[in-house]
Amino acid sequence: MAMNNKQKLAVLKKMVYARRFEEACYEAYVERKIGGFLHLYPGQEACCFGVMSAARPGGDYVITGYRDHVHAIACGVEPKRVMAELFGKATGCSGGFGGSMHIFDASKRFMGGYAIVGGPFPLAAGMGLALDLKGEDDIAICFLGDAANNQGTFHETMNMASVWELPALFICENNLYGIGTSIERSTAELEQHKRVDAYNMKAAVCDGQDLDIVYAHAKTAVDYVRTERKPYFLELKTYRYRGHSMSDGGAYRSKSEEDEWKMRDPIRMLKDRLIAAGALNEDDYKSMDRAIMAEIEDEVLPFAEESPEPNVADVARYVFAENDPWVSGGPA
Amino acid sequence: MAEMLFWEALRRAQDEEMANDPLVLVMGEDVGKAGGTYKATQGLWDKYGEKRVIVTPISEGSFTGIAIGASFLGVRPVIEIMSVNFAWLAMDQLFNTAAKIRYMSAGQLQAPIVMRSPGGTAHQLGAQHSARMEKVFMGIAGLRVVTPSTPKQAYGMLKSAIRCNDPVFINEHERMYGIRGEVPDAEYFHPLEGSEVSREGSDITLFGYNISTHWNLEAAEILSRDHGIEAEVVDLYCLAPLDRDGIVASVSKTHRALISEEAEAPVGVGSEVMAILNEGCFFELDAPPRRVSALNVPVPYNHHLEAAAIPDTAWVVKAVLEMFGK
Repeated sequence: MAMNNKQKLAVLKKMVYARRFEEACYEAYVERKIGGFLHLYPGQEACCFGVMSAARPGGDYVITGYRDHVHAIACGVEPKRVMAELFGKATGCSGGFGGSMHIFDASKRFMGGYAIVGGPFPLAAGMGLALDLKGEDDIAICFLGDAANNQGTFHETMNMASVWELPALFICENNLYGIGTSIERSTAELEQHKRVDAYNMKAAVCDGQDLDIVYAHAKTAVDYVRTERKPYFLELKTYRYRGHSMSDGGAYRSKSEEDEWKMRDPIRMLKDRLIAAGALNEDDYKSMDRAIMAEIEDEVLPFAEESPEPNVADVARYVFAENDPWVSGGPA
Repeated sequence: MAEMLFWEALRRAQDEEMANDPLVLVMGEDVGKAGGTYKATQGLWDKYGEKRVIVTPISEGSFTGIAIGASFLGVRPVIEIMSVNFAWLAMDQLFNTAAKIRYMSAGQLQAPIVMRSPGGTAHQLGAQHSARMEKVFMGIAGLRVVTPSTPKQAYGMLKSAIRCNDPVFINEHERMYGIRGEVPDAEYFHPLEGSEVSREGSDITLFGYNISTHWNLEAAEILSRDHGIEAEVVDLYCLAPLDRDGIVASVSKTHRALISEEAEAPVGVGSEVMAILNEGCFFELDAPPRRVSALNVPVPYNHHLEAAAIPDTAWVVKAVLEMFGK
């Protein structure tokens, strides 16, 4: 069943929020308020929100790579706590111990951002295994890029997920580049969904820029994994506007290619569709956008800015469990 | 107190823990109907079924990752890596995820997994089946490393490791599954930190772990019987974190120290113990401490070449006698 216009309007708002949030991250990084590496999401919003609209945010377990801020927010993690994490603050959702690539919020079942490209594949499958063992009907959802499919974990995990029938949904956000190398240069089979055929697993592909199309395919995929308790692989064709990270000058791709993709911007397509349907007008859109920018400017950024630094005395905390009785041979 | 073989002790620990907690499972190559290469899972497949005794394809990297992902949700997997040489393939997930997840999530997630695996040389297995890799595991923050030298330790450590909320690597030895020893009849949990004085002595401390504790015990008997040297044997059953206090206490009593290890010397247990001696009790030492370690070579196949590369009891005795000018 497709989303109605009211639902789409709500998703549009989330997508605009995500875009503005990431743009604010960019500015804060340039101002050196955010350290380390920063990987931004603009251009790919329909992927995350199309899938999460078909799933249970905060119920299904979600895991992804290092381009993780928006996926966390889509699971219900408070944006100001994501921003505070990027600022390295104690109020950050990983207490300042994680950073941009390691956003976590267990209370929202956002199980993390990971910086080893193909690392989350088996972790997602393992969460699926646990859910079945515990008899729960939530599923594990793994969002990764196309380049992750060139690591061994992709092949090993697809094989085991299929053999063991694990309830994991693998979303491949195919943005055509692995860092600065195009998919044509790195990958023998350009159609990523075909690569799981070898593992006897259900797979599909669709346009990743059109929210309605992503939602329809994701709904089929999510429902299949939830009811059949088997894995599914969904490839979404998309594009990132920014470089791989902030240190990426983008010399490996052409302006015309970028412009071509921007013609099919996921936010603009959805907005135009809602306006054409009479569910939105330009003024309402503008005031929504302004309200979002104001919220980020007036609440999110000041929260991150004004929050305290982590306590340096805590630097060795969290290495091991605190006072685990089994370390000394069991409870006294 | 009944006598039990080393592998039987491991099997008993897993059986008891699986009976105790439905979220404990074992996974690895041939752990099912086959019962495990060293029999540590014998009978468990029949008893607990294929959902909890998971027979994996030969995909160490990702089945380790699957175990870790499951552990995020409260499952307690015991991963058997058939030979520690294959654990290289699992290190990404073990080091990058299991050891770091609690820290980088500021305590929100944890990976209570156990990875157990045999290393060491075992008579002509050649370069790629004779690794001693404990030196690598013990250098990773967030990972506990223990290494049992007796069936009692094997039983009690595995039980504690399964219940512990941290990831634990258990370094076993290919040649030790058949050794016999007393194991308490009652349920027993061995500490995952500390060290143990296996033999009291006054003249020198012989530090070792796993198989080298056995060389040290044999050497101590020879030294006592033939040379009048009373060696104390300290078993470093925990390699991460090393028992600094125990090491310093023993040497403060004996004033001499030797560390024996089956691994190559560079960047190993011996070098870490040396550092502790230097920092912790330098002025207690009456003689420079010694290391007995393997030659720094890949392990050769030929029997004579292998024997020339890998230490044993005789190497320990010889080194101690040299320290005493005999």
